[in-house]
Amino acid sequence: MGLLSDPNRRRALISLLTRLNAPICVVCYMAGVAWFMGLAFEPFTLRTYMSENAMGSTMVEERFPAGEKALATGREFAAHKKKAGGMPVDWLVKTMQSRGLEVFTQRFSRTLPFPDENKERYMVKGTNVYGILRAPRASRTEALVLSAPCTPGDNNNQAVGLLLGLAQYFRSQVFWAKDIIFLVNEHDLIGMQAWLEGYHHTNTTGMDWSPLQGRGGSIQAALSLELSSDVITSLDLVLEGLNGQLPNLDLANLFYAFCQKIGVLCTTQGKLQRNDWDSVSGYSHAVQTMMLMVLKQASGRSWGDHGLFLRYHIEAATIKGINSFRQYKTDITTIGRLMEGMYRKLNNLLERLHQSYFFYLMPSLSHFVSIGYYMPAFGLLAIILLLRALDLWVQLTAPPPRTEDGVVDPEQMSSPGVLSVLTPLVISHLTGVALYTLPIRFQEMAVEHFPVSETEAVVLTAIAVYTAGLALPHNTNRLLSGGGTEQGWKVLKLVAVLYLAVLLGCTALINFSLGFILAITLVPVAAFVTPHVPKFLSAFIMIVLSPACTLLFSVFFFQELQEMPISFLDGWMLYLSVISQGILDHCLYGSLVYPLIALLVYPCWLIFWNILFWK
Amino acid sequence: MAAPLTLLLIVAVTIRAALYRSSLADLISERVEVVSPLTAWKRVVEGLALLDLGVSPYSGDVFHETPLIIYLFHFLVDYAEITFMLADVITAVALYLTVKEYNKQVFRKQKYALEADRYPLDCLELIRSPKEMFYIPLKVAMFYLLNPFTILSCVAKSTCGLNNAVLSLFILSTVKGNVLLSAIFLSLATYQSIYPLTLCASALLYLMQRQYIPVNFRRASFWWFIVQYAFMYLGSLFVIVCLSFFLLGSWDFLPSVYGFILSVPDLTPNIGLFWYFFAEMFEHFRLFFLCVFQINVFFYTIPLSIKLKEHPVFLIFMQLAVISIFKSYPTVGDIALYMAFLPVWSHLHRFLRNIFLVCCVLLTCSALFPVLWHLWIYAGSANSNFYYAITLLFNVAQILLVSDYFYAFLRREHHLCYGLYLKRKDGSEATLVLK
Repeated sequence: MGLLSDPNRRRALISLLTRLNAPICVVCYMAGVAWFMGLAFEPFTLRTYMSENAMGSTMVEERFPAGEKALATGREFAAHKKKAGGMPVDWLVKTMQSRGLEVFTQRFSRTLPFPDENKERYMVKGTNVYGILRAPRASRTEALVLSAPCTPGDNNNQAVGLLLGLAQYFRSQVFWAKDIIFLVNEHDLIGMQAWLEGYHHTNTTGMDWSPLQGRGGSIQAALSLELSSDVITSLDLVLEGLNGQLPNLDLANLFYAFCQKIGVLCTTQGKLQRNDWDSVSGYSHAVQTMMLMVLKQASGRSWGDHGLFLRYHIEAATIKGINSFRQYKTDITTIGRLMEGMYRKLNNLLERLHQSYFFYLMPSLSHFVSIGYYMPAFGLLAIILLLRALDLWVQLTAPPPRTEDGVVDPEQMSSPGVLSVLTPLVISHLTGVALYTLPIRFQEMAVEHFPVSETEAVVLTAIAVYTAGLALPHNTNRLLSGGGTEQGWKVLKLVAVLYLAVLLGCTALINFSLGFILAITLVPVAAFVTPHVPKFLSAFIMIVLSPACTLLFSVFFFQELQEMPISFLDGWMLYLSVISQGILDHCLYGSLVYPLIALLVYPCWLIFWNILFWK
Repeated sequence: MAAPLTLLLIVAVTIRAALYRSSLADLISERVEVVSPLTAWKRVVEGLALLDLGVSPYSGDVFHETPLIIYLFHFLVDYAEITFMLADVITAVALYLTVKEYNKQVFRKQKYALEADRYPLDCLELIRSPKEMFYIPLKVAMFYLLNPFTILSCVAKSTCGLNNAVLSLFILSTVKGNVLLSAIFLSLATYQSIYPLTLCASALLYLMQRQYIPVNFRRASFWWFIVQYAFMYLGSLFVIVCLSFFLLGSWDFLPSVYGFILSVPDLTPNIGLFWYFFAEMFEHFRLFFLCVFQINVFFYTIPLSIKLKEHPVFLIFMQLAVISIFKSYPTVGDIALYMAFLPVWSHLHRFLRNIFLVCCVLLTCSALFPVLWHLWIYAGSANSNFYYAITLLFNVAQILLVSDYFYAFLRREHHLCYGLYLKRKDGSEATLVLK
């Protein structure tokens, strides 16, 4: 409190902060970026370790024998799938019943707001089939889920085969203390959404589904399996769920521990782990892995079928089998043993997974960065905004016949009029609302008048509204007669800077990656924009750093990191499809990234744009 | 001045009515920041249902409102939205009239002091002009009605709005100098939530000042006035409590309302300081810490009344703030009431030191409450420590805000006595330090 109440020290501190404001901001920005890049450096990260006692100390023995039989089932499933031209419901029900499960089906249908061109679907109708293995050992109050998606084409047949094989094998075991639900869901996430909503009696997205006839206990953990070949070289663990939510780290630890034990190659983000952390290439490998995770998390999409479980407080991950050109292959029996081991450990759980971290980034499967380590990187960026706000505040209150601590001449406080500050705020938010509502609302009209498909119409409307917003500052200023005083923009900027700080802070808490990427691009804009900087150059920089361009760069960067560089034209097409996917994710599963950008981040950026053109 | 006030009331009512019709209303009425176990509308409805079934509403440990409230809503339950909007309007109008009257007195007092040449010469810039004071009552009404906290509280139908209305009527009748009404409304407010009991001191100080009774323990007139006021206050409290008893036919409500407030059995998270401590604490320390925490609310009355005995209205503001920070089940509605008084002290702005910091912290915390709640309860990735950290920060910011205003007020008074530009003995410029 000494610092806050002693006037001399206060004055010294404030004058220091205002005098050195720009250098401090630059240093903070550099430090923030450097800190973030340092996170992937192995000595700065922590080794993963199993925190959950129930899964750590007990040993389990894996004996799953029936890999070949599972493959045969998978082929049978493929044949029936081809014959039925979709989910072979009757066959699945019969097969699951013959394996001793209680089998139920759930029908669902959903019309998308506009056609999904990536997956070529518009009116979706499907059926989920699930069988429950009742726990013989305990009171059936808890459950585990194993799911495999039924995808069109030749994919994932082996996963369904293995799922059925495991079901048969698990049925003969007596030690299950939790119900195990074997779920084959159609239309990937849409089916999963229908099933989860049915299971939990909620309906958040207005989908039609028939109620579930059978239920297990409360679901403790879930794994989703994707296998498309008879043998695999490695298993990839996908953690990123809806809105960037991650499962408890213990689930990743469990997977890693069993891969080590059984001797299966395991990857995350499709990247193997390397041991040469002290070499440059080793470090850049870790950075790439972490950046991939950051980009995936920031997208707010669910990167596997597990993503929707997280919303219901269920720890879930997707395990993907990858078959590349490596010599060393793993057969399906081994994967079956791995799954068996994981489920037996999960079966030992006494309470939900909660011991380990929920906020983490993984530069490799064996190392992680926890929230305490990565938050300072964001904090260093956020502090810039606060410093700028303090600077503005001092300027606004100061032109000082300062007599004593904090005493300010009241004449200088002539307020610039609420209207001149409120109008840009309201207008930019209305633009945000337009960006949020118009694309879907106007697709029919756009299709009538322009030669485009519905999906293109939605995306192009969004881009058009976004661009049209840039024309606003001139109009706002014309509306306001005599509003553009020097005080006016300072007050507006103070409001905008604080707004951005709070917005980014909240975003970073929910989804660190998104918050950090937005901060990296928006903080410099917020820090330097005034009406007095060179207009043309600053306008260019602002546009380059605007949220839409950030997304464009992220798309290219993501492709680059995945070692699949693309040409500019392909990149642009990908960019358009990413936008449409973002809007679809919001409409279908309630992902929050699109509304966040449209309703809050974009208007905030527009305010800074407005300040640049302040007259 | 009536026209802007009417316009303001219309705007405020429109906002509330629109929010009642929107889908947000359900969401808001579930927020722990807005409703507490004492004030939740859901619980009032439950109490009403029990009452209709002929069961005591206090059986079942859900309902904790006072009997008068439940009988009020027994008749008004279909018009609940209108009732709550009306309560806000009454509060705003009462505050408006209060501040108008108070400003008149401040101005009169200042005029006498000026005529008597009591202010030092260099203090002229501290003198308040009628021009700057003209819009303050309107601003107060605006601060109350358009404060997001009030709007949320009203839309959630938190009975806190009714308590605020009673409190503001108490302040109005006190400032107008009506002893009987003051005592009656104070007893009503006390009956509602105990804590306004501490406002007794400020009301007494104000009324005595108005009737030119010196605060002197040796004077009979002083004691006679206290006895009069206490008689009216306790008498009306007695009447109200007895009325509750006759309405309900049992004393069930005493432990269920006042016992509930004082012993804090419900540890649902809220923006207060109690829940986390009492959830973490060993059971055998509970009583001790309960006393420590509850004393906070009452104890500050004594030093504050001594220090501010010349300025009872500022004392009321301070005590409202202290109550809303330290009470056992605070909601944002309580905060809104004392924040409505901030424009009254707008002349202190030049002496405020941390207002920027405090505003930033309050703003950030208000945004972080729902985010951390989501992470804790829905996503399951954060935990109660995150939420409590923000609660703590929010309360620290409130305390800083109030103490800043307290300091600024005292400082202005000091300058009015000794001149604005203080010199040390050797002639150099002096600074005032709060230690």
